[in-house]
Amino acid sequence: MALDDRKSDFTFVGTRPNRPDGLDKVTGRAKFGADISAPGMLHGAVLRSPHAHARIVKIDTSKAEAHKDVKAVVTRADFAEVPFKPGLEGEFWNVLENVMAGEKALYDGHAVAAIAASSALAARDALKLIEVEYDVLSHVTDVDKAMAPDAPVIREGAADYSVPEGMHPNVVRYHESGHGDVEAGFSEADLVTEDSFVTEATHQGYIEPHACLGMLGNDGKGELWCTTQGHWIAQKTCAALLGIETSQLRVTASEIGGGFGGKTTVFIEPVALALSRKANRPVKIVMTRSEVFRATGPTSSASMDIKIGMKKDGTITAAQGVFRLQGGAFPGAPGDMTAMCAFAPYNLTNVKQIGYDVMSNRPKQAAYRAPGAPMGAFAVESVIDELCNKLGLDPVDVRLKNAAHEGTKASYGPTYERIGLVETLEAAKAHPHYTAPLKPGQGRGISCGFWFNHGGETSVSLALSEDGSAQLMVGTPDIGGSRASMALMAAEVLGIPYENIRVTVADTASLGYNDVSHGSRVTYASGLATIKAAKHAVERLCERAATKWGIPTDAVKWEDGCAVPSGPNAGDFDPMPLADITADMGSTGGPISGHFEATPEGAGVSFGTHIVDAEVDPETGKTCVTRYTVIQDAGKAIHPTYVEGQYQGGAAQGIGWALNEEYVYGEDGRLQNSIFLDYRIPVASDLPMIDTVIVEVPNPGHPFGVRGVGETGIVPPLAAIANAVSNAAGVRMKQLPMSPPRILAALKGNG
Amino acid sequence: MNYHSPASFAEASALAANATGITRFLAGGTDVLVQLRSELVTPDTLIDIKKINGVHDITRNADGSWTLGVATTGAEMSEHPELGKDWPGVVEAMDLIGSTQVQGRATLTGNLCNGSPAADSVPAMVAAGVTVTVTGPDGMREVAVEDIPTGPGKTSLTKGEVVSAVNIPARGDNAGDAYLRFIPRTEMDIAVVGVGVDLRLDGDTITEARVALGAVAPTVLLVEDCAKAILGSTLDDAALDALAAAASAACNPIDDKRGTIEFRTEVAGVLAKRAAKIAYARAKGENA
Repeated sequence: MALDDRKSDFTFVGTRPNRPDGLDKVTGRAKFGADISAPGMLHGAVLRSPHAHARIVKIDTSKAEAHKDVKAVVTRADFAEVPFKPGLEGEFWNVLENVMAGEKALYDGHAVAAIAASSALAARDALKLIEVEYDVLSHVTDVDKAMAPDAPVIREGAADYSVPEGMHPNVVRYHESGHGDVEAGFSEADLVTEDSFVTEATHQGYIEPHACLGMLGNDGKGELWCTTQGHWIAQKTCAALLGIETSQLRVTASEIGGGFGGKTTVFIEPVALALSRKANRPVKIVMTRSEVFRATGPTSSASMDIKIGMKKDGTITAAQGVFRLQGGAFPGAPGDMTAMCAFAPYNLTNVKQIGYDVMSNRPKQAAYRAPGAPMGAFAVESVIDELCNKLGLDPVDVRLKNAAHEGTKASYGPTYERIGLVETLEAAKAHPHYTAPLKPGQGRGISCGFWFNHGGETSVSLALSEDGSAQLMVGTPDIGGSRASMALMAAEVLGIPYENIRVTVADTASLGYNDVSHGSRVTYASGLATIKAAKHAVERLCERAATKWGIPTDAVKWEDGCAVPSGPNAGDFDPMPLADITADMGSTGGPISGHFEATPEGAGVSFGTHIVDAEVDPETGKTCVTRYTVIQDAGKAIHPTYVEGQYQGGAAQGIGWALNEEYVYGEDGRLQNSIFLDYRIPVASDLPMIDTVIVEVPNPGHPFGVRGVGETGIVPPLAAIANAVSNAAGVRMKQLPMSPPRILAALKGNG
Repeated sequence: MNYHSPASFAEASALAANATGITRFLAGGTDVLVQLRSELVTPDTLIDIKKINGVHDITRNADGSWTLGVATTGAEMSEHPELGKDWPGVVEAMDLIGSTQVQGRATLTGNLCNGSPAADSVPAMVAAGVTVTVTGPDGMREVAVEDIPTGPGKTSLTKGEVVSAVNIPARGDNAGDAYLRFIPRTEMDIAVVGVGVDLRLDGDTITEARVALGAVAPTVLLVEDCAKAILGSTLDDAALDALAAAASAACNPIDDKRGTIEFRTEVAGVLAKRAAKIAYARAKGENA
């Protein structure tokens, strides 16, 4: 949207106050998903398929139902009939099928039944009394194998209109975009490099497992408490899956122990409600870590082919990519996103990208920070690095030469407004890290990364209290310090201190609809709405002051937390502080509040550049990341400490994804490593101190210039680390994770 | 599930001898409780031995040897002022297990009796020549550590037998031990390969050597050929290469989620060399 009230000098924005939820979190007072109970509460447990692919012949729950501690058992029959539609059109059906299997168990860990019992242990033990007869089917968990002609069909009819004729039924969505003539472009190149790359699925790895408490009566009225990135989507989805009215279910979001995209859908929430409806008691379900790994959203695994042509001076003449993403037994793998993001940092005359969404016998993929983008960047930026090495060119100079800027036609279609990629590359070049000497055995890697960012439906409400303090209600769960950022933005507009503003993540009954906290949208969209809501309140404050002074409203303006006459002609009055206006607001027209509801669409795309040094032990293939610098455009950093935290977090998760994290499936299609011991997320001592540089190229779509920062930070790491490792080892690593056995094998293969 | 906390090992042994179904001894619980919670092993009888007198004691005997109670934790070993000076390899191996919290509970005996081929303390104990005292229905016997594990999750202990003490030999002069493991991370992980080495020197020449490998076979291996490769040498490059070759040759690993056959076989040789160098330096009185 067009904005005529841009602001660039700030009082509160850009400072680093303590987070408002800090004391609660360090003292254990904060209530997370599992920290709630209710009178008469039952405990739920979910029976999960041990098979990767099996027809469910029969489920006999009679023994479980007869158990004295068991109060309810549910299967698919206890949920609503939801229409099946191909692709993502039928997402409610997809979610229902994932929440509770219908005719087939589609992956190891797929829910097939659930129990509510008087204790958690009784529920777990009673699961063993449910008898399920399976007809085991052949399975496939690899994306390339899932597309092959002889692959078992996961589900006929799941492909949408976009899929070309003749593809395997497991290919369910197809994307193709680009511009120019890539063949002509390749013929102009001095060097064309073509290569293939593979990445394995990784889990978001949030520390808090999914947990919820559901209550649903036979009158169709319910309450749900859950750990989620978006309680309105939980409300809408649960209502659809249970056949109740959306507004009759009130959903409250708990404190959240990490989400990273993985808590943007529902898993156990509809199950708890279905159990509750049957038992007529509140039901709590808390997942184990193993359940989290087996049955909640990992990211997609990917197989990719890249071809790039370059001139001797570093100009890219053409770029082409094919991206095949596996997203489990449901449509949704972000092959389209991977394709659209892969070449987005570059100003290309000729570019073509194809993305496939492929189903396999794995859990339904869920969003994971910039879903799809990191894999594509890994493949593309590896090839660019290889071209730089072969042509003897500086990797930052080559990226600067080809960098997208304002006015560039993006690889995925639109024309960029003001963007900050060039500024991040210039900052990289100027950073001492880039020219620091490397020790023998070390290598340096560079990568750029892109993410769209998102606006989304947003509602915010702000209410002033008599004493001049303010309460702000937002609907986007705080996954990255957003309560602090919202308070700073409200303080900036109202002119009252940060500490005088209490920010609450309101429940679904207390505020209008809000999209999920995803797409790096919260500081942008809830921030924009907060500013607008605060301005709305300021208008009311000015009206009251005008009435008190007996002058027209447009003769009053707001300055430093006070109503003041707008000019010498307006009258000679002392500034009237906010608290003086609110003190008697009950008798001057009633409570003063501000509101804003919209779907802001100026999120502003975001770019980053990462510099990584890695050291590889040539005898064991073990990698140590010795230095890491993240440079990213934040537009405007509202709370710089949280911006830096997002940058560091993206790098840390990227290091895990690049080096050791992976879903390991056995020949039987079962997940082999569903515990943190064997799913090797980095520990603190695996990480170097991650340096950050905040570049600020204001987003024209936000009053304060904000761009989302939550996702772009995980886009460059895979590629930057792969480039550093490849340069250190002297052999190009094309498969993630670059675990020690893979690196050692590559070193041996290299002689 | 029946829980017992006997006051003596004889009582513990009798309880185990008369129990039916699955019996587990509970000391630190860092394996038993984890297996219980994850439903891998649900014991019918749980015998808690950490309330027996003396099980946390670390005793240096008159001949210089050491006796450790079975509930002695990794943290107690690391914090002991003398034990780590005699046997840095054993203490460091134990210290590698788990987190700080786990170190406050985990024990050498539990690590041994869990029967994992990847147990960190076991190759170090085997290299050091550690034995355990076993109390059973027929009395007590002393068993070399390498004779306890018989396969993944299995031990040679018979029904009613319980380890009642850990015996570490006297260190003696001109000797040193070391343990190294390979993990893809820096901590909080399980060995993909582990190597324990114990050496004694006469001048610069190795006169005694014991080399043990972990995570490369169904049980921890005491590898005679590794010892032969370096005995009589000054740990020169040829001896180190022969050591690595012998270590790799002794490997009989599996491909699994933690590593490949090729990787384990190769890295066993690499770590054997590195651990031998540390043990050699320690035997010479150098800091390593």
